[in-house]
Amino acid sequence: MTLDTYGGYWSPIVWIIAFVVAFLIVYILRGFGERKYKGGEQTKPFISGTEEPSKGEVHVRGGNVYWGFTEALKGYYNLMKKMHTGIINDYVLWFIGIAAILFVVIILPEVIK
Amino acid sequence: MNEIITHAPILIIAIPLFAAFLTPLIDRVSKKGRDAVVFISVVLTLILVFILANDVFETGLRIYNMGGDYVNFALPSGYHVPIRIILEVDGMSVFMGIISILISLVGLIYSFSHIKGDGAGKYYTLFLLMLVGMLGMEMTGDLFNLFVFLEILSISSAALIAFYARKGKPLEASIKYIVISSLAALFVLFAIGLLYGEYNLLNMGAIANEIRGDAGALPFVTMVAFVLFLASFALKAGAAPMHMWLPDAYGEAPGAISMVLVAATQASLYALLRVCFTIYSATLDTAVIGGILIILGLASIFIGVTMALIQIDMKRLIGYAAVAEIGYILLAVGVGFFELAKGEISEYSMKALQGGIFHIFNDVLDIGLLFLVAGAVIYVTKESNLNKLGGLAHSMKYSTIFFIIGLFAVSGLPPLNGFASKILIYESVYKVSPLISIIAILASILMLAIFVKIFHSVFMGPKLPEYADCKEAPKLMLCSMAILAAIMIFFGLFPDFVITNIVDPAVNALVKNLSYIDAIIRGGV
Repeated sequence: MTLDTYGGYWSPIVWIIAFVVAFLIVYILRGFGERKYKGGEQTKPFISGTEEPSKGEVHVRGGNVYWGFTEALKGYYNLMKKMHTGIINDYVLWFIGIAAILFVVIILPEVIK
Repeated sequence: MNEIITHAPILIIAIPLFAAFLTPLIDRVSKKGRDAVVFISVVLTLILVFILANDVFETGLRIYNMGGDYVNFALPSGYHVPIRIILEVDGMSVFMGIISILISLVGLIYSFSHIKGDGAGKYYTLFLLMLVGMLGMEMTGDLFNLFVFLEILSISSAALIAFYARKGKPLEASIKYIVISSLAALFVLFAIGLLYGEYNLLNMGAIANEIRGDAGALPFVTMVAFVLFLASFALKAGAAPMHMWLPDAYGEAPGAISMVLVAATQASLYALLRVCFTIYSATLDTAVIGGILIILGLASIFIGVTMALIQIDMKRLIGYAAVAEIGYILLAVGVGFFELAKGEISEYSMKALQGGIFHIFNDVLDIGLLFLVAGAVIYVTKESNLNKLGGLAHSMKYSTIFFIIGLFAVSGLPPLNGFASKILIYESVYKVSPLISIIAILASILMLAIFVKIFHSVFMGPKLPEYADCKEAPKLMLCSMAILAAIMIFFGLFPDFVITNIVDPAVNALVKNLSYIDAIIRGGV
């Protein structure tokens, strides 16, 4: 079950044993916590005094996830969106362009030789 | 048994082809009969692929001369070059064959759950033709034959992408796919024409032998043909920046077809590897070609993951992740090819190739499973927009578990299969440049972030009122997901078994290409 990699080895069994040991440690530590359930006001989310919205509205939708990351890379994403036009003519142009670059990179040095 | 093994290369193509033509006829009589014929033909093909694979892994490559008096002889008496279509099956061919047939069987089981009714006969005919295209590309030793199977694969795939639609995005995606595929096929045909004009040959082994003889003074047209092959197959494999068609096609196809399309893309990648390693490796500057593959791989990884991050359509997002996964394969193969220039391949190049070839299988499994779960979600909710989905873990418990397995695997988290191939790639690529290795690892972390986004958007959160009545996906869908998940877990826990028994023969077939050429030139196996 041990896979030899270039720099060492990978053994899933060792990993699983390590995972189980870590899980047991966490589980034991958890046992030291408060066992008594605290109901009432303490379990409600605190949104600066605002009433809790309905369950459906609480869910953070996919479009909002990683907003900060994409906002920080706005310049890059604007460029990428311009590149991905969705127009088939542009797809073909990219192909022709890459083929032309490959011609220059692969064939030109051989011709010059 | 010997007879079966002897004729297995052609039967692997002939059985699904025959069933494809039989399906519409039986469809008119009995729907259950149609399903039975399709299923039995795929299972029979699967058995034959495994029998052939076992033989090839044990005894070496096998050829099949179509129409010849003796199918194992490449050259008729008195001839110096092969004149007939010859199927040539080595470790790499059967490795790809196993992927194609396995994924097709899983896709078929998945399709049975919801592809029913009058139009289903056409669906299964096209499905079988797609399988024929993939297996044909992987088994043939003839370049023109490769082009024919590439066309069969492209046409059937294009029809299946828009199978459910009469208008709108699926049709647009299908048109884009067929335009891109036709363009690539035209360039491939042009390249084949150039080689035929130069050498009067179509057999890959025979052409490779001629090209070896040209070492040091490769004719101009032979180099032009190589560039055309490289560009076309890279386009069909979805390498960035020629990847734009891929999320369109994957995103709009039915769930099972998206998964089989991943295997179809890998068939084009196989053709690229065959051209690079078998036909041209002896004469080209492999350091330059390896460098090009590494650059294409890095671009695919980076553009794939970053573009996936901003998608709000679930299947398009997975499509972009598939581009990144192709990048990992190209990166590893590029590192392997890079070293061929030195004549003797080093240990880290072999490890890179092992990782790359292993990742071909893992990519199909991981991305395939995610597409199946996405298909199930769309089937149940009729929605693929991440901004509208949520809370499905309440009603789709098994699908959620399968998605988590796919998420872990595709992100390269231990102990699943994705990690096993990626660690081979990271460590061997590090030897070429630590920076490339770091980019690859960071991209994997981003990949995890991307799929956590889907997981959170689709499955987590409270049960939404609009999906209150949603139920778990049909059992056959879950069954096909379970098959993939089981294979992934097995590959993750026993990576050495997979590498030794399946991957190494494929890698050796690529690196030690002389046996592929000799089998033709010496007249047979």
